[in-house]
Amino acid sequence: MSALTLDTRPSVERPARRRARRRNVIAALLFLSPWIVGFLIFTAWPIFYSAYLSLTNYDVINSPDFVGIENYQRMIEDPKVRLALGNTLLYTLMKVPAYMLLSLALALLLDRAGRASGFFRTVFFLPKMTPPVAVGVLFLLLFNGQSGLVNSVLGWFGINGPSWTTDPAWVKPGLVLMSLWTVGASVIILLTALRDVPKDLYEAARIDGAGFWQQTKSVTLPMISPTLFFLVIVNTIGAFQTFDEAYTAFFGSGNTTYSNDAALFYVIYLFQQAFQFLHMGYASALAWLLFLIIMIITVIQVIVSRRLVHYEGGSR
Amino acid sequence: MKRSIPFAVAAASALLLTSCAVGTGTQNTDDDTEYDPSAELSGELNVMGFGAGDEIAQTRYDLAVDALGEVDVTLIEGDLDMQQFLSSVAAGDPPELLYANRDQIGSLAARGAIIPLDNCIEGEGIDTSQFVESALDQVTFDDSVYGIPEFNVVQLTMANESLLTDAGLTIEDVNGSDWDAVTAAAEALVVNDGGLSVIGVDSKLPEFFPLWAKANGVDLLSEDGRTANLNDPGAVEALEFAVGIYEAQGGFSAVKAYRDSADFFGSGNQYATNVLGSMWMEQWYLNVLNDVSPDAPMAFDTFRTPDGEPLAFASGSAWAIPAGSSNPAAGCRFARVMTEVDSWIAAAQARLDLRNEEGTAFTGVLTGNAVADDQIREMVTSGGEPWDSGVEAMYEANDNTFSLPANPADAEFKTIWQDAVNRVLNGQDDPQTALDAAQEEAQSVLDEAWASMEE
Repeated sequence: MSALTLDTRPSVERPARRRARRRNVIAALLFLSPWIVGFLIFTAWPIFYSAYLSLTNYDVINSPDFVGIENYQRMIEDPKVRLALGNTLLYTLMKVPAYMLLSLALALLLDRAGRASGFFRTVFFLPKMTPPVAVGVLFLLLFNGQSGLVNSVLGWFGINGPSWTTDPAWVKPGLVLMSLWTVGASVIILLTALRDVPKDLYEAARIDGAGFWQQTKSVTLPMISPTLFFLVIVNTIGAFQTFDEAYTAFFGSGNTTYSNDAALFYVIYLFQQAFQFLHMGYASALAWLLFLIIMIITVIQVIVSRRLVHYEGGSR
Repeated sequence: MKRSIPFAVAAASALLLTSCAVGTGTQNTDDDTEYDPSAELSGELNVMGFGAGDEIAQTRYDLAVDALGEVDVTLIEGDLDMQQFLSSVAAGDPPELLYANRDQIGSLAARGAIIPLDNCIEGEGIDTSQFVESALDQVTFDDSVYGIPEFNVVQLTMANESLLTDAGLTIEDVNGSDWDAVTAAAEALVVNDGGLSVIGVDSKLPEFFPLWAKANGVDLLSEDGRTANLNDPGAVEALEFAVGIYEAQGGFSAVKAYRDSADFFGSGNQYATNVLGSMWMEQWYLNVLNDVSPDAPMAFDTFRTPDGEPLAFASGSAWAIPAGSSNPAAGCRFARVMTEVDSWIAAAQARLDLRNEEGTAFTGVLTGNAVADDQIREMVTSGGEPWDSGVEAMYEANDNTFSLPANPADAEFKTIWQDAVNRVLNGQDDPQTALDAAQEEAQSVLDEAWASMEE
């Protein structure tokens, strides 16, 4: 009898549990549906469709004409692709370390700012609210080789500043410096991570005689390394997708400057192909190449991070 | 069941791709609309790229709206946003009328994004013989007119009379008629004591390269829009000369940075503050200078070729009807009224009245319509010297214009020659190397675009 009871109870409960689980799943999906629908229509579908367009000759106006891998072959021969990739890579290599170092330095200072921290957090974050187009215009004004504020300040120290906006050799360094203007978001994220570092670790380090730099190296950096890793990835992707500021400064309406080659970043070239020259198929192929490059670099970063990033719960 | 999922995804993908491809099908460019100037029109007219921002635009706009009767007109203001326009065309919902730069017409026409206006011109009775020839050439593609031109932009020599006099020079030394004299003037006028403080002569590269090439007898693009002439010896020589002007003043980098730092539209502009000897500039800047610094010591002339002939590289706007426009008849009439002589005269009168109220001179308007230009010229009021000479030069330049012909790759062609000039200016290439490479690239782009169009 008892055996009979044991056999029948699960068969009664399983369907009920399954029904309850199904109801939960349906409810969850319904609540998520606005996002899911938005994602499918505005993200997944364009990604999927651009993969198809990359195999076509498409001018936006007429029907796409399937050309196979012709666009990808053309990329290999296109010197502007190499130029734009080179510019973008160099910019990324300069920007990401500078951005990370400045973010970390400011976050460490803010962490020690006491009550004033809130005020400075706002001050550092405010430039992030500036529209990128305005930053592009501001770049031309601040970095003007003749009358810009940057060179005026350099002049106080006896430094004859370069022609940031017109000398091709200085265009990218100038844009990197200007990009530091919006470092606030990274500072806030790092500050949050710094605040999460257990204080007893610092106490233990101090008892062991560790100074500021040793505490930073042995406690702070390992403990915030997941956040640093996240920011490196996000900022690398952002640097590869640089567009607004450089386009406004060097390619915007009527801005036929002579430094175009130096400021031709990959996404600017992609935009030109898509909307100026109406080669949407080729532009889609360019977009997929960028996706591939960013994916490879991100994978490399993830692999390297396994040695450098410390997770409290163990390695991930 | 599990096996059927990939199949279902693949089938759905194929269906979606196919359906989307159909949705962006080729536009119908056949125009079987009946255009009749006396017909009663109705419906909607969305005009993209045009704003009635001043009395010249507003007066003509009011007349055009009156002529449309029951048509509900909406302006999608601001400069033409090509992304916005192409998206609307791809979605099958283009505006009924488009206001574009004339150098965009060829590319749009080649792709079937706008329709030929032959029927519109004939039906509404638009007299194309009235238009400035170079303006009409710029909107004529494959023997059909695709745009109704309006406005004409020309270049003038604008110089600082005081600086010229102090250096023992005259406007003839810097108007382009003697290239050696221009280089000598640049060297005489420039002040560069450790830092540039006066620009001698600004040859306005890269944008005016076609002007310098034409002055040296070279059209950068053949009349039929099919053959690039970027590395013609005359073009190379012109570029060497125009770049050389900058080199005589310490290099383009310094000149450009100094130019960018100027209060271009204010009372502290380069002429008023005596920091620019001479440059070539579009005629509208004459009005700016007259407004903000009426006492600036100016001297004006046309741009002149080495033969002493006036010359200008014309540009401007045009009205075009998108393929798939739901109301081409209204679009055509709107374009006709906006560009006809009576409308221009009414607009000019409105500006003249305004100037009289302000107590300032009416310096004329270049309409792109030669008949209207002649009549408006009679309405011009004297602002005294040197401004009257400037207005005189403007009209003389307007009578001696050229333009780059419409072609299916106009945006790419422009980018290619500008990039080539930029590479010379920044020292990457010498003029011959840069223009040789540009020639190869441009011809390849043109060949591909024409072949693609004719497929």
